[in-house]
Amino acid sequence: MTRIALDVNGRRHEAEVEPRSLLVYFLRDELGLKGTNVGCDTSSCGACTVLLDGESAKSCTVLAVQADGCEVTTIEGLADGERLHPVQQAFHEQHGLQCGYCTPGFVMATVSLLKENPSPSEAEIRHALEGNLCRCTGYHNIVRAVEAAARAGA
Amino acid sequence: MIPAPFEYARADSVGHAVELLGAEDAKVLAGGHSLIPLLRLRFARPSLLVDIGRLDDLRYVREDGDRIAIGALTRHADLAHDPVLAKRCPLVADVAEGIGDPQVRHRGTIGGSVAHADPASDFATLMLTLDAELVAHGPDGERTIPADEFFVGPFESALGPREVLTELRVPAVGGGVYLKHVRRAQDWALVGVAAVRVDGGTHVGLTSMGPTPLRASAVEQAVADGASPADAAARAGEGADPPGDVQGSAAYRTHLAEVLVRRALEQL
Repeated sequence: MTRIALDVNGRRHEAEVEPRSLLVYFLRDELGLKGTNVGCDTSSCGACTVLLDGESAKSCTVLAVQADGCEVTTIEGLADGERLHPVQQAFHEQHGLQCGYCTPGFVMATVSLLKENPSPSEAEIRHALEGNLCRCTGYHNIVRAVEAAARAGA
Repeated sequence: MIPAPFEYARADSVGHAVELLGAEDAKVLAGGHSLIPLLRLRFARPSLLVDIGRLDDLRYVREDGDRIAIGALTRHADLAHDPVLAKRCPLVADVAEGIGDPQVRHRGTIGGSVAHADPASDFATLMLTLDAELVAHGPDGERTIPADEFFVGPFESALGPREVLTELRVPAVGGGVYLKHVRRAQDWALVGVAAVRVDGGTHVGLTSMGPTPLRASAVEQAVADGASPADAAARAGEGADPPGDVQGSAAYRTHLAEVLVRRALEQL
């Protein structure tokens, strides 16, 4: 077991973890943050995307021990009380989801994108979301949601 | 899928990492974006992971005479936007921007990708095509391995079990083209082709066309002899040994290589 300490959504957590524990299972099973989904488990689908020190990362491809000392933001850390984060609001208004399973990952990937590039073109949005798969074929509305979030200054 | 159990140690210097690698079946962990997928599938079952991911002094790009020195832990995302590369070797930045997806580029490192020696790695082919020098640290100190001696077999490099890749040195070259064919966004290259002019000669490298990244020597010779892009590209399959699998047959990969080499030479 290895001792780690990390900030998750602004709260400090200390824990003993097995070195083989993946960050996504630490978040879900140890901290109970089930908003981060496991989709493919092969680093492909992006459902498990979180922010690691402010940048998008697939938490199924990060060991919990690698996140020691880092700041993690999950989908649960975005809203301000009852008020949705502007990216969440944009996905809601533009109907950027159907079943919703991929949505936390898309939202986190979008937050990361807009931090790096506040006004992306449609082509840049599509390139930046290559790491996230939606099986309901909702890509068009997802792109619209990202454009709306950018306009809202997310 | 959960990896098999292993021990974990975080190195606080390259020397410390070399020391830790003295354990049997130890493996270096950098960004983890080649290794962790293999751990999850249990294709890799090391006894100890030596995490070099906090060695921030291995993250840099700097000019060094007529070469560009790249620290092994420099992430794809940082390479893609690096001002020195943009000016002195833009092909490295272009290739970095096309690897995986943003999440992968935020974590994956050039040294990890090259040391992994995957014949489908874009960076492995690029290092071979650029005649890069790869600097390794081990128990006997530092040595420099030419890229054409580095890739030994599929997922096998010239690195010894206690050696750590620390720096990649590429020539300053303008232009250059890297083209790859993928079935879906973010996929590994079904075939990739690098073409670049180095010291007045045209170098052409191939991804996923054999057990290691390859140089298309017959194409290079044809270009040197004055052949047209189409005539030179027709020789892309010579000396290659492409795999045939569910993604595509060997014959299909050879066809793709010929098409992509022609396009790359035309764009060069």
